[in-house]
Amino acid sequence: MELRVRALETILVEKGYVESAALDRIVELYETKIGPHIGAQVIAKAWSDPGFRQALLDDASKAVAALAPHVGNVGDHLIAVENTPQVHNMIVCTLCSCYPTDVLGLPPTWYKSFAYRSRAVKEPRAVLADFGVTLPVETEIRVWDSTAETRYLVVPMRPAGTEGWSASQLAKLVTRNSMVGTGLAKKPSEVA
Amino acid sequence: MDGVHDMGGMDGFGKVEPEVNEPVFHHRWEGRVLAMSRAIGVFRAWTIDTSRYAIELMAPSFYLTRSYYEKWFLRNQNLLIERGLIDADEVAAGRALRPAKNLSRGPFTLADVEKVTRRGSYGRPAPAPARFKVGDHVRTKNIHPATHTRLPRYARGRVGVVERLHGAHIFPDSVAAGKGEDPQWLYTVRFDARELWGPDAEAKLKVSIEAFEPYLEHV
Repeated sequence: MELRVRALETILVEKGYVESAALDRIVELYETKIGPHIGAQVIAKAWSDPGFRQALLDDASKAVAALAPHVGNVGDHLIAVENTPQVHNMIVCTLCSCYPTDVLGLPPTWYKSFAYRSRAVKEPRAVLADFGVTLPVETEIRVWDSTAETRYLVVPMRPAGTEGWSASQLAKLVTRNSMVGTGLAKKPSEVA
Repeated sequence: MDGVHDMGGMDGFGKVEPEVNEPVFHHRWEGRVLAMSRAIGVFRAWTIDTSRYAIELMAPSFYLTRSYYEKWFLRNQNLLIERGLIDADEVAAGRALRPAKNLSRGPFTLADVEKVTRRGSYGRPAPAPARFKVGDHVRTKNIHPATHTRLPRYARGRVGVVERLHGAHIFPDSVAAGKGEDPQWLYTVRFDARELWGPDAEAKLKVSIEAFEPYLEHV
């Protein structure tokens, strides 16, 4: 594949469609700048600022854009859904690999895997078990299949024992999987 | 199309296996494929729906056995040839053999990077008032178009409840068929798991899809 990909890039460069330096920059952005740390900042702010939490749930694209340039560059149709003791949200794309890249970066391999795409809408509790997550039987599981250009971000529950924490401390508890719904936020003891 | 890409509810793919400390790209070429996909977007030779459909059209045996970025690579190369941006003999030669035809703009440069790493807008002015409102019970149509659709098989002919309205969006079924954007209202429709999977469904489970208005009818 390396050779075939290089050949295609050569053709595109020689014909004047792209400059390799611009491709380098895209790779660099996804490797270092556009990732789940953006979403973690958004969640930490929602946990510590009730006004922002409400704005995020009302219109996530607008709320996150208002944080720019501090937390990046968000496009339209982002929707935040909040976990509660009663409801746990999980995001999947059964048809391809739709994922909130603006706030989480590129999707991990498991999100694109046939196992996740096929099972998340039918047996999410079993899928959660693959991630080592067990939820109370009385918790409703709410799965969102991303079949259009809307993109979903899960607001995980804020862990107990974090009263008085700053937003930057809280952000360390927010994992990528907790924002997709295949994990929970870390407990304070896990980051001590 | 009723393709192998439409995976919701299928059995047999095994456990989900998260990789600890997974890198963004596992090989250098994967990053180049991603970057080329984004960069080519500025030439507007095809849309996101066209590119999804191109992957859906791959043979099931290929789809199931090739890696994610290998499929992306082949999709890019095929569409570039099909749309006349490059030629098949150039792919065989591994270099450009003739100048680009009808170059609509200059090359994709560093100055263009920001616009392709932010998602675009798919919302459009609504052509008509919405037929459904939040709380309405709706049935998804039992349709099996041979071309691209975003109505998954597991959610066809099922009764659900409208939970959200998202305004009118580009209609993928139309745009992938080369028939224009034809904007349609977009809804979140929520189903009880028993409606989708029968009496043995997991308890306390609700599943939603994003459904375009032409997929829905009143109950």
